[in-house]
Order: sequence, then structure tokens, then C-alpha cells
Amino acid sequence: MYLIFAIFAGLLGGFLSIMMRLELQEPGLQYFTNPQTYNVFVTGHGLIMVFFVVMPAVIGGYGNWFVPLMIGAPDMAFPRMNNISFWLLPASLSLLLISLFVEGAPGSNGFGGGWTVYPPLSTMGHPGPALDFGILSLHLAGASSILGAINFITTILNMRAPGMTMHKMPLFAWALLVTAFLLLLSLPVLAGAITMLLTDRNFGTSFFDPTNGGDPILYQHLFWFFGHPEVYIMILPGFGIVSHIISTFSKKPIFGYLGMAYAMVAIGAVGFIVWAHHMYTAGLALNTQRYFVFATMVIAVPTGVKIFSWIATMWGGSIRFSAAMHWAVGFIFLFTVGGVTGVVLSNAGLDRNLHNTYYVVAHFHYVLSLGAVFSIFAAWYYWFPKMYGRIIPEWIGKLHFWVAFIGANVLFFPMHFTGLAGMPRHYVDYPEAFAGWNRISSYGSYLFAFGLLIFFYGIYKAFSSSVRAVDSPWGEGATTLEWSLSSPPPYHQFETLPRITGDAH
Amino acid sequence: MADAHAKNHDYHIVDPSPWPFIGSLSAFVMAVGAIMSMKALAIGGLKAGPVLLGLGLIGVLYTMLAWWTDVIKEAQEKGNHTRVVQMHHRYGMIMFIASEVMFFVAWFWAFFDSSIYAHEAQAFLRFEFTGGHWPPKGIEVFDPWHLPLINTLILLTSGTTVTWAHHALLHNDRQGLKQGLLLTVLLGALFTCVQGYEYAHASFSFGGNIYGATFFMATGFHGFHVLIGTIFLLVCLLRANRGDFTPQQHLGFEFAAWYWHFVDVVWLFLFVSIYLWGSHWGAAVGAH
Repeated sequence: MYLIFAIFAGLLGGFLSIMMRLELQEPGLQYFTNPQTYNVFVTGHGLIMVFFVVMPAVIGGYGNWFVPLMIGAPDMAFPRMNNISFWLLPASLSLLLISLFVEGAPGSNGFGGGWTVYPPLSTMGHPGPALDFGILSLHLAGASSILGAINFITTILNMRAPGMTMHKMPLFAWALLVTAFLLLLSLPVLAGAITMLLTDRNFGTSFFDPTNGGDPILYQHLFWFFGHPEVYIMILPGFGIVSHIISTFSKKPIFGYLGMAYAMVAIGAVGFIVWAHHMYTAGLALNTQRYFVFATMVIAVPTGVKIFSWIATMWGGSIRFSAAMHWAVGFIFLFTVGGVTGVVLSNAGLDRNLHNTYYVVAHFHYVLSLGAVFSIFAAWYYWFPKMYGRIIPEWIGKLHFWVAFIGANVLFFPMHFTGLAGMPRHYVDYPEAFAGWNRISSYGSYLFAFGLLIFFYGIYKAFSSSVRAVDSPWGEGATTLEWSLSSPPPYHQFETLPRITGDAH
Repeated sequence: MADAHAKNHDYHIVDPSPWPFIGSLSAFVMAVGAIMSMKALAIGGLKAGPVLLGLGLIGVLYTMLAWWTDVIKEAQEKGNHTRVVQMHHRYGMIMFIASEVMFFVAWFWAFFDSSIYAHEAQAFLRFEFTGGHWPPKGIEVFDPWHLPLINTLILLTSGTTVTWAHHALLHNDRQGLKQGLLLTVLLGALFTCVQGYEYAHASFSFGGNIYGATFFMATGFHGFHVLIGTIFLLVCLLRANRGDFTPQQHLGFEFAAWYWHFVDVVWLFLFVSIYLWGSHWGAAVGAH
């Protein structure tokens, strides 16, 4: 259900982005006669993709499916709470969708201040109720995630099968454990920040209004104290997924298992103390900026551990280039590109130039759209036989990969150039000089969208054919517990708990 | 697995329940109602905000009531709460309190951002408003050694009475359990009354100035948590009167006590930072 929800929301968010690319294909205004509507689309695209596509897919969807399977538990610790985590999402998405159609800024509908919702644009700039719907939507989505996080932590700490110590636990479960802690500790701060926004908007408080003693920068601190861990919340489950796929199709256990697990813990921990690298241009003290530069660069170390361990896993392995493996290797390549541009941006001096340009857009789409989303597709082609007991023909997954891979690179790579050339983000129009690369970006987005048709065709093929998946379709390389069950698994698996003796990961 | 549906483990496989869906729906209705009330919106000429807000609130409250009633039934009548399931609930509660702590971090962050940096000259609009010191110019704050101190003592005492009740329960002293709980609930209610009295006599308001905003947001959310904690303890008192809780199994009581201690500790931080340090009696920040 989480996955179906995520696919639906993904189509919505994708539609918004295609509209943006259509508009940006040529200079001048084509489709958005009211430029504010473009801003609303940007905001909606960001919020939907983060809160209603990536998070429900990797945490709600794959996490709830495979964490209990992998650790040999019959179900999550709190199944009923899991249920409310899900049902809060449609409620929350509905609020967000209502927000698109009610007045925000005077005279136009929806909130157009970006997913970060900075004041004063979010306090004085949008007096209409659109943002209030957005804020309460985030409250509900946040409550859903916090409950989910409590559920994951309890499940992973308490329900591992006898003999499965923490150091034998599959990496995907480790990834979800770290993710859940990030959610648990960062989301309440966001809830606080947007509650203050709500009272500033409706009850005359002045948390973010300097004329009454408040501080708009305070909001940025609070937001990014949540916002930066949020980035890792989206990518860490992807790390876990990719680790399993690489290991399965290289027929080797993952290289440096403990290093991989603790690299994720390190990324999660350091992720909490780097938030202000999103705020270099907000006027922070220079010494503060220096600290955040170095703290941010430290994250490159555990990330490097992960990248090199994946490569070392493949090194000398007996590699089978299945569809899922295509996506996983694609993930490593694209995530590395995004990671490297991240190190570039972590320099406060450079960032002052690149801040709010398309370089930043390229950077975070390489880690999220091409990182997190590629891991979602990788997991889809890897676990589909297990989840539904059916087979997507391998060629479809591979074709989808190549179309998406080329499309995404054509879409996002030119943004590095337009960004370095100084094109600012969030603008509906641009000078002639940027026209060439923008046109290419737009073509790339159509190609990526075409890839989605192949994706749906794959689902259609799988369900229309009579071929059924065997229990462990990927052969002996797949060693985690989910492959020991039938495909699809029974309603409540492991009525008798499996006992883990050997090397379980 | 020949006998696929025999349950050979101690986990609790719950029955399907309508409450998650109803709770979410109610939360949605409540959110729409809240916005319509705040913005005085109308659907078809009808200002339905307060009605929707009320309906949603009733739905959410009823969901909580029904959901937790089910859980208590499962624990007491069906015996679903094995040791490992109890362990789950403990972890869950600890995690919930951890997230609550982070929620309060946001209010404290707002308070310290506003107070410590009140004299920063480059934030000139704020400097102009605060006069470069904290509390901001023209704000008449409460004497921390007056009602706030009394409230501190009330809460600390209630912390001891709830511990008394806990020890009585462990020694199967039902009378002590009930007395301890009753005293705690009364002290909690007294705290809320004193806080209400203090609010009514505040010389500053929630809106219009940063002192009132941080003060009421932090102490207000704390007060709200005191109210929840008091209700939680009251439910425990009613259950104790009904004969619930054994010396071996009393998670409901334990969680109420944990929650109460959490509320208590948050108050100590509020008292020390906002009432004491943030007043003229403390190391109030001045222009350098």
C-alpha cells in the first residue's frame, strides 16, 4: 500500500516537474501566465517528492516489507501503529493538495516559497490559507514518520531472530535503524518550527519577525536541523538496498560489513551537526561557517568507505548483470557524482557563489532523484519477485534503466553548467544565454518520463503472464532471510522463528 | 513449515482494528477545521470551521480512548502481553519521550536564540526592539521566587508522591497506591491552576513581542503536557480503583510515571532558564 501510494504521489510530483521543464525549455513565458504558479509547482514538487514519494517508498514500503523478513520476525512490533502511519499519509497528502488550490499569496493560489518555507515569505508573503494547509500537512506526515520510527527501532532492537546479533544483522536493517533514529530526533524540531510559523501567521507572535524582537534566521536553523538529517533519511535506506543487491549479484558477502554498518551510523551522527552549511549566505559568523565547512567534509569519509566497499565487493566477484544490478551500479555512479559536487558546495567560499544556482539543483538531484530514486527502482526489480510472486522480464528492467540513466543525466548534468554560469533557481524565466542547456535538460526529462512507461509496462507484463517466481530467483548469492521464504511470503511469516547460527549477513 | 498457522513465538499478532483509519480521518477533519477557524473560511457561505474542528477533535479523542481500551483488554483479559511484548512497549514509550524532548528543544532553541543574542548589533531591527538586552525593554517579567518557585516545589513534590505510589504498588499496598496517585493528580491539578493564575496576571501577551512568544510557547506546551500527564495519572487512579495493575505487570502506571518525570524535568529547565536566568534576577543579557 505504501508503494502504491508512493507511485501515485510520484506521478503527481513528476507531473509538476515536467510542467516546469516544459516552461523552461524556451526562454520567455509559455505555459505559466502567472509566474507565481510556477513557484507553487516548484514547492509542490519538492514537498511531494520528499514526503510522499521517497519516504513512503523506502521506509514505509520496503522497510516494512523487508525489515521483519530480514531479521526473522513475524511482523513489525506495533502493527496497528504501522497502520496509522500509513493512513496519516493520504490525510496529509490531501491537505497538501488542497493547499495547491486555495489562495496563498494575494491573488494567486498555492504556496510558492519553496519546500524550506522560509519566513518572511511564509509569514507575510502568503497571507492566504494555502500555507496553513501545507503546515498541517507536514504535521501529519511528521507524526506518521515519528510513529514509524518508533516502530522500526523497537522491531529491530527487540525482534531479531534468536542468534541474530546486531553484528549479524543485514545492512538494510542497519540502514533503517539509523534512519529511524534520525527521524525520531529531527522531525519533532521541524514540528516545533512550523508550529511557530503557524502562530506567527495566525496568532500574532513574532518568533521570526525582527520588528517585534524575533529572528528569521532562527527558522532556518530549526528547519535545517531537521532538513539535513532528512537528506540522510532519504538516502540511507538506499545504501542498505544497494549493499544487498551488489552482494547478491557479485556472489560475495559485502566487503567490510562492520565498516559499512558503522559508516551509516557515522553518517547519521555527523548528519546532525552540519545543518548550517545550508545557510552560508545567511550572514553567520565566519568562525561558525568554518566549523560547518569542516564538519561537512568529514561526512565524505564514511561515504567514501561505503562507495569503496561496494566497489571492493564487486572486485573479483562473479558478477551477473541483472536489471537490479544495473540500477545498483548506476546508483553508485550517480551518487558519487552528487557526493563530489556536495564536497564542492560544502566550501563556504564557493557556496557563496553557487548558492541558489542550478549547480545546487544538479547536486541534490544527483543524490536524491538519481540516488534515492535509483535505489527505489533497484529494490523494485530486486524484490518484485519476492513481494508479488511474479517476474518482470529482465530486458524491461534493463531497458528502463538505460532510458532513465541517459534521460536523468541529460536532464541534470547540464544544470552544473547553467549553475556555474550563474543561472539562479526558482525562476520561471531566464535570459537567452542559458537557452541551449535548458533545452537539453528539458529533453532529458521527457526521456526519463518515457522510462516510466516502460516501468509500468513491466508491471503489466508481470501480472499478465502466468510465470511465477521461485523462492530464491537470484540464486546462491542471495543469502538474507527473505529468500528462504515462499514468494510471496505467507501472511505472517516465521510462525516458528528461524535460528541463526552462521554468518548471517 | 507443515503447520503454517501455529504460532510458536511470544510476539503479539494483533487483530485488524478500525481505529488507525478513523483516527487519521479525524485528524484530517480536525486540521481542515482548524484552518477554517483560524482564517474564518466558509464552505458555501457556511462557517463550518469550529464545527469541523470540534468533530475532528472528538474523533481523535474517541480513537485514543477506544484504541487504548483495546490494548488494556488485550493485556488483561487475553494475556497477549508476554514479556517480550512488554519490552516492546517500554522501548516504544522511551522513544516517544525522546521525540517529545526534541520537540521541547525547538522551544528552548527559540528562547536562547532570542535571549543570548539580543544584543547583537547587526540584527539591528531586533536590537531596536529589545534595547540590546534580555528581557526586552519594557517587559515586566514574573518574580521567579514567587509563584514559579511554588510551582517548582509542587511539581517536585508530585514527583515524590508518584514514586511513593509506585513503591506501594510493588509491595502490593493498594491503599498506598491509591493515596499516592490521588495526591499526585491533585498536585498536578494545583500546578495547572497556579499556572493559569500566573498567565491571567501576565503583563505581556503571546502576540506582538518576542518575550511573550517564547515564554507562552514554552511554558504553554509544558502546561499542556502537565495536563496530559495529569489525565494519564487520573486514568491510572481509576484503573487502580477498578483493581487493575499487579506488582508484576503495570506498564500503564509505569508509563504515566515516566511521563510525569519527563514533564517534571522539562519544568526544571524552564524554571532555571526562562524564569530565573531570563529575568532581572539572573544573568540577564545586557549591551556590552
